Amino acid sequence: MSVTVEDVRRVAALARLDLSPDEEIQLTDELSRILQYMEKLNELDTDGVSPSAHPIPVAGRFRADESEIFSGLDELLAQAPDRRDGYFRVPRVID
Amino acid sequence: MPSELTAHAALDLLVAGDLTSVDLTRSILARIDASEAQINAYISLDPERALSVAADVDRRRQSGEVLGPLAGIPLAIKDVLCVRGGRTTCGSAILSDYVAPYDATAVARVLQADAVLLGKTNMDEFAMGSSTENSHFGPTRNPVDPTRVPGGSSGGSAAAVAAGEATLALGSDTGGSVRQPASYCGVVGLKPTYGRVSRYGLIAYASSLDQVGPLTRDVEDAALLLGVVAGHDARDATSVDCPVPDYRAKLNDGVEGLKVGLAREFFAEGLDPEIRSAIEAAAEQMRLAGAELVDVSLPVAGHPEYCVACYYVIAMAEASANLSRYDGVKFGHRTADADGLQQMYHRSRSEGFGAEVKRRIMLGTYVLSAGYYDAYYRKAQQARTLIRQDFDRAFTQCDLLLSPVSPTTAFRLGEQVDDPLTMYLNDIYTVSVNLAGIPGISVPVTTAADGLPIGAQLLARPFEEEVLLRGARVLEQSS
Repeated sequence: MSVTVEDVRRVAALARLDLSPDEEIQLTDELSRILQYMEKLNELDTDGVSPSAHPIPVAGRFRADESEIFSGLDELLAQAPDRRDGYFRVPRVID
Repeated sequence: MPSELTAHAALDLLVAGDLTSVDLTRSILARIDASEAQINAYISLDPERALSVAADVDRRRQSGEVLGPLAGIPLAIKDVLCVRGGRTTCGSAILSDYVAPYDATAVARVLQADAVLLGKTNMDEFAMGSSTENSHFGPTRNPVDPTRVPGGSSGGSAAAVAAGEATLALGSDTGGSVRQPASYCGVVGLKPTYGRVSRYGLIAYASSLDQVGPLTRDVEDAALLLGVVAGHDARDATSVDCPVPDYRAKLNDGVEGLKVGLAREFFAEGLDPEIRSAIEAAAEQMRLAGAELVDVSLPVAGHPEYCVACYYVIAMAEASANLSRYDGVKFGHRTADADGLQQMYHRSRSEGFGAEVKRRIMLGTYVLSAGYYDAYYRKAQQARTLIRQDFDRAFTQCDLLLSPVSPTTAFRLGEQVDDPLTMYLNDIYTVSVNLAGIPGISVPVTTAADGLPIGAQLLARPFEEEVLLRGARVLEQSS
């Protein structure tokens, strides 16, 4: 798979990253080479093989639906880059 | 020197009253003072807290209180695990001022066991790397030879234990990040079965692969520390509720009657000849100790290119999803200059992440994007099934698998940073273990002619850490 600079820009937009022109050029080359390496997997016959999302079977576990008080609320909110009262504050979302 | 002691030897002295935790901790802190300018194993240190906890443990011991299994032992924590009230950076600029509001479960358990926390160790940013060169806080150097890397991503933890800057350390292993640095620094590194140790409070890189593990001076210490951190945790739905044995109880039972598998694929070309002979010598030691050596085949799980390709597709896909939480809203770095919300997201992330993290987010986003998902991500998940099946089949023929940890010994700083693919190939013997979820351990077996440590890797069936540790003990005793 040969990756173009347009591909890199499209993916950067999806990933919410701003890339410099130098980064765009470098990533175009690196992504092409790394993806080409990944394509070695195409040598494997995987017809009818079910995909594994997890290494070992994990069954869902149920617990009583009871709320707990989280004791670190102030510490948690103190990590916000910007806050007002008990809320996270962000830049203007719509004009 | 108390700083050179294993944890179990130090505990014997502490219990007998021949050593205090304060003296042990002071000895370690003196080594930190002497070595840190060169080694840079730590991102943050808290000597006052360490000495005050040590003094408290000494006082409680004197008054005859029943203490935890790590009482008074100085321990370092990889900066990927949250410690409440302290800075937890994950080696990244984006979290350089982050103060965790809670303890990771593994941290809570070592604290409950009365360990003395020294500080947080250096790592590749978000655990993405094999050399600890990708840290916002500068590289860590290998105490055996400071021109060399300590391995990664738990390079700070491995270097701290090797240099006498900690008695015990916790790391995390997503594709070899405990085992490979252990091998490069000449210490023991254990990756438990997926689900054996809670991931609560472990900053996520690739959630289906990440596992917390000990880095220690010997196998008995690895057994001791695993026993403390292992076990079910209601806060991690993937932690498994199966009993935690006393891992030290059968440690010296030997390997008589066990079958040790050697996969021919693990000895293919590209393997350093000195490492090959070290692993062959280790196999012979297992045979002399009463194990039966059997040849096995791992056509997919032993194929370096398939494993590395499968691992990086899955790890990068999961990373791109996990790292979407760093958006400058709830915690972490926010750009000083943004016009509107979207620009704030973009700039905060672009300023906060380093080059390797951006590369992996980009690749992960690419393989999950419309039109490429089946070709890359689904294909890798199918390959993962084949890798698991290979190990399942091998473990019907043997109880342990023996392999190299890494194709080379510790390389020089700067030697591989320019080529990401070369760096990824350090992981050819370790990534399949995370993909299959099985436990693995790296044990130092010998040193190369240039003095660098060589480790051997043992693998076992899921939740058979007891067997793994018995085998590792035999390798350790014959090295």
